[in-house]
Parts: sequence; C-alpha cells; structure tokens
Amino acid sequence: MQSFRKHTGVVVPLDKVNVDTDQIIPKQFLKRIERTGFGEFLFYDWRFSGDGKKVGDFVLDAPRYAKASILVAGKNFGCGSSREHAVWALTDFGFRVVIASSFADIFANNSLKNGLLTVRLNEEQVAEITRHSKEIENYQLTVDLEILRVEDGQGFAATFAMDEFSRHSLLNGLDDIELTLQQEAEIAAYEAKHPVRAEMKAIAVIV
Amino acid sequence: MNLGSPLNSRRILGETGNMAPRTLFEKVWDLHVVAAPEGQSALLYIDLHLVHEVTSPQAFDGLRANGRRLRQPLRTVATVDHNIPTTPRGLPITDPIAAKQIEALQNNCREFGVPLFDVDSAEQGIVHVIGPELGITLPGMTIVCGDSHTSTHGAFGSLAFGIGTSEVEHVLATQCLPQKKPKTMQIHVSGKLAEGVTAKDLALGIIGRIGTDGATGYVVEYAGDAVRELSMEGRMTLCNMSIEAGARAGLIAPDETTFAYVNGRRFAPRGKNWEAAVAYWQMLAGDPGAQFDRVIEIDAAALAPFVTWGTNPGMVVAVDSRVPELTSFAQEADRRAAEQALAYMGLDPGTPIEAIAVDRVFIGSCTNSRIEDLRAAARVAKGQHVNPKVRAMVVPGSQAVKRAAEQEGLHRIFLDAGFEWRESGCSMCLGMNPDILQPGERCASTSNRNFEGRQGRGGRTHLVSPMMAAAAAIAGHFTDIRNWRFQ
Repeated sequence: MQSFRKHTGVVVPLDKVNVDTDQIIPKQFLKRIERTGFGEFLFYDWRFSGDGKKVGDFVLDAPRYAKASILVAGKNFGCGSSREHAVWALTDFGFRVVIASSFADIFANNSLKNGLLTVRLNEEQVAEITRHSKEIENYQLTVDLEILRVEDGQGFAATFAMDEFSRHSLLNGLDDIELTLQQEAEIAAYEAKHPVRAEMKAIAVIV
Repeated sequence: MNLGSPLNSRRILGETGNMAPRTLFEKVWDLHVVAAPEGQSALLYIDLHLVHEVTSPQAFDGLRANGRRLRQPLRTVATVDHNIPTTPRGLPITDPIAAKQIEALQNNCREFGVPLFDVDSAEQGIVHVIGPELGITLPGMTIVCGDSHTSTHGAFGSLAFGIGTSEVEHVLATQCLPQKKPKTMQIHVSGKLAEGVTAKDLALGIIGRIGTDGATGYVVEYAGDAVRELSMEGRMTLCNMSIEAGARAGLIAPDETTFAYVNGRRFAPRGKNWEAAVAYWQMLAGDPGAQFDRVIEIDAAALAPFVTWGTNPGMVVAVDSRVPELTSFAQEADRRAAEQALAYMGLDPGTPIEAIAVDRVFIGSCTNSRIEDLRAAARVAKGQHVNPKVRAMVVPGSQAVKRAAEQEGLHRIFLDAGFEWRESGCSMCLGMNPDILQPGERCASTSNRNFEGRQGRGGRTHLVSPMMAAAAAIAGHFTDIRNWRFQ
C-alpha cells in the first residue's frame, strides 16, 4: 500500500452529509477493469451535465480549489456501495486526505488500502475547517500521521485517533497481504482442522 | 467440518466452562480467529468468498502481478450479476465495456480455477440469492464478497460482510482477512407485524429510526418475536438492509426455520453430515445474559408500510403520512440535506405520499427478488392491470427463482397484468445494465438504495416492499396496501 506520513495541502469543502459512493463514482464507470483513470469521473453527476459538459459551478472545479488535496465533508462520508473505485477516483484526482466527523466502515477500510488518510474530527472542528476553507483563499492544512495532528498554522489545531496497527501500516506502506502470508503456519493449522466440506467438492465441476 | 455430538460442538465453539455469555456474533467470530498477532488486528478465516464481475478484475490482476495463487478454489464461488442484461440470454451483450468485464471474469475464473455460474448457467443469479438457494451459504460461516449487501447472508446466522477490491485480493490470496472487532448491537423487535407490513418495512422502519449511520461500527443481531416469525426470505431482506443503517453485518440466530430452508439444497450437508451440522448450528444462538454494546427496542405493531421520500434510505415515512416539512428537522445539516433531497426528488413538503404518481416500477434486487417476494407481488397483481402510464418490470433474483415462479404460474399473473417478466440479475437496482430510469422518471422500487442517480441519472427512486410496488404499478401512485382489494 502507499505510505502516508505527513501532508500539507489546500482544503476544499464538500459541505454535504451522507455523501455516498454512488455520488463519488457513479456506476457507469465501474465497468473498467483497471485501477487507474477514475479521477476524471469523480463526482461525475455533480460536475457534468447529462451531455458530458462540465457544469462549472461544482466546488471541485472552482479555480481557487484547483490544487486541493484535502477534502472536508459532512458526517457519514462514503456510505453505501463497497466500490473501491470511489477511493481510486479520489486518489487519482489528487486527494491524499478526507476529513469528516464520521466515515462508513467499508470506505474507511478501502481508503487505508490505498494510502488515502481518513481523519475523523468532531463536528465543531469539521465546521471550523469548512468555514475557513470557504472564507480563506488558499487555505491549507498540515496532516501529520506520526503525531496524529491536523493544523493550519493560523491557530487551528486538532488531534485525531487511529488504531495503532492501521497507523503503523500506513506510515510504512506495508503490504498487508504479505503480512498475512507470514502467518502461513497458523493458516495451514486452521485449515487442517477445518477442511472444505465434502458436499462443496462437487462444485469443482462448475469451473 | 467433522462435527460430532453437541458436547463435541461445545468444544468446537471454544467453550471452556466458565466463559462469559457470548452473543451469536462473538461465537462466530471466536470460531474463525486464525491468529491474533501482538499489536495487529485479529486474522479471521473466511469460509466462503463470493465473487462477481464488477469488483474482482483488479483483484485478480493483483494476484498475477505478485505471482500469487488462489488459496482455496472450493471456498470461492463466482457468478455474473451486476451488469448482465435482463433481456433473453441468447442475445448478445451490446455494451462492449460490460461484455469485456464479463469476459474478464470468465477468463479469471478459468485461469485461477474458480467455480463460475456463468451467463448461460441454469443457476446464474444475484450472488446473494444463489448462495442461499444452492446451500452454499450455511449458518455459522464467515462470508465475504466485494459487495456491501453481503450482509444478506447474516439471515442464516453467518458473519457476512462486504469488502473492497483490495480485500477481495487479500482473501483470494490468503483466505483470511485482518479485522478489527466491531461493536455489537441488538435490535430487538417485539410483537407482530400487521398484515401488509413486511420485512422490508421493518428494515426501513429501523433505518428511519436510527439513521443511515446509526449502526456504523457495529454488527447487528436481530432478535425478538417479529424476527423469529419471519421466513428465511424475510430474514434475508432484513439482514440485506443492515448496511443501509451503516452496519457491515446483521445476523439472526439459526433456528428450525433456517434448518428447514437449508435442508436438501444442492450443496448443503447431507446424511450424517447434516445431523452433525444441525447439532453444531443449534449451539450458535447467543447465550442468555450475553451483553451488547447497544440495544434498540422496536415495537412491530407500531410499524406501517413505508415509502422513502428522499435520497437515502433513512428518509422514509409511512405510506399514510406526508412528505415531511423542512421545519421538522432539528439539525441544520439535516434540514439542508432534506431540502436538497426534495429538490432532487421533485417533491414539495407536506405532499401526501399516496398522491405521488409513479412512472416506473421495479420488483427485484438482492433485497426483494426471491420467490416469496414474487408471490407477494403476484397476489396484489392478480386480476389487475398496470396503470397505462406506468412501465413495470419484474426481475427474478436468479434463474432458479424464475423457474420456480413459472412453475407456480406467477409469470402468467404478471404478464397478464402488464408487467415485464425478465431474466435474472441486479438490473435496475443499480442500473449497470441497460435497465435504467430516464432523467426525472419516478420509480417505486423494491431495491435498497434511493441515492441520487442510483437507478439512472436524474431518476427518482422510492423504496418500498414488493406488495407496495405492485400496488403502485396498478394504481399509478403509492397506495396503502392495507386497504388493497385482493382479487
């Protein structure tokens, strides 16, 4: 996985609650069989009209946020479909961090696997960042995963929590499949005690 | 699984005598912990991995790129459901990108040895419909799939949850997943659902009460008389919608209803294996006194047939009420969300739900496409005719459901009433295939998500039960099924 240590970037506010993954990447773009190239379709139905023309007034397309790499949004960000394409679209577009007061579980997991940091702050802190990013031109935050801290250098600072293993994995960009494969002896022992059921062996003919 | 006496089962369950009472979820979890390395998440063994065409190609690519093999082909089962057309199966797939994705699944299954219920298989269907109907889904399992509605399988007392593509790759390679232990929630539903109030309405009622993030971070166990009374189809509908409340998984303790459903299915345990399996499954129910992090009480008798009015499943009211006033929302963010939702839905606050006319009706999806759902809809449609302004389609969840419905003559009832009778797949639940709403079209749908654009850009989705959907098709607008004159 891609590592994450510290990032400073422009913040763009998406001032909505319950942003679902159908909005982040609409279904018509899920038919691609690659992991790349999803960025141009990010929030497609909000950014483009039915005939594919850019609407222009969506916040991500405002020139002042052109270099944004930190998204701040309302509660329950990433709810709905498990599609990892939502995370691929955000990272491909250039985002390294999403800040919200809560995230859907699967989205948070998928983010972790792709080096996209999900930062949970309380609603007041999210509101403050949202306000600053609307009012202050080129408003930037520094997000430091080593000390679990977000600050703007202008008086706003907040700490956030993350379980130690996820933090360690992200900091070091660990390949979690490799980590699991290191448990081979335990997996093999478990499988020896729990063999595939006899009836399931017949399913091999379906191949 | 070689399971002997209940005593043996007790040992298998890891009981040592003085253990604290455990919930169903905790038992299933404990049974599947392969390792709990210091400072890491627990490593869980995955009994069954269901695979479909949309969330798997990048995972198989990852295996290839790293020279990894598929660890357990017989614990991996694939089908084609998300973007398959529901027109007759002999016709070519006209969307070249969809065709390519299906071809990629076929090639990957061949290369890695994954059993595949392919496009032309007699068992093809929505992954969450065919697992249970083939007896592949059983109580007490851990089940994952690159699809959030994997929670469906929790109806059998399995720990079943949706995962992303990176995790799909992880399971393909290792048959395991590192998992943080979630919190536990019990939703206890006492009393009896009224006539016309279904498992779908129970699910919508729960989400309306706790919100679309009400169960985020939790695994839910559904209990109580109203849950025990549900058929397996109803339980699957209820567990299916757990994710819409934010829960990754929702479980119901296996009981005689569960065993009767599983018994005799194609890949279910047989003979001595069956006896042993049932003895084991009977041990899975939560122990008396087991504690949950949160308990929610629901009175089944207070529930009504529900209709969503907004753009998430928590935006829901009873059919005999009205679209809410904006002043009814205490939080400013919720008020703004409601305002945006109503603008998208083209609805005014205060509109009676029964005054909302529909253009389309969709009966199908992993939530409501099983034989019992089709029976319920057919009972409403019998002897009636779809309103001339409405286009209505019925999409069975699987080829097996379609065959069963045709044997019972349900397709005749639908066709005579003017419904379209289609081939199986996910269809208009998410509109990855050609079944989509046109901008502005309003749809009564038995699916699970009313998100903006979910069923087609600009489409307006109202979630309802199969009976309510069929009634809306005939009336041309939402109507209270409790007042329906069945023919």
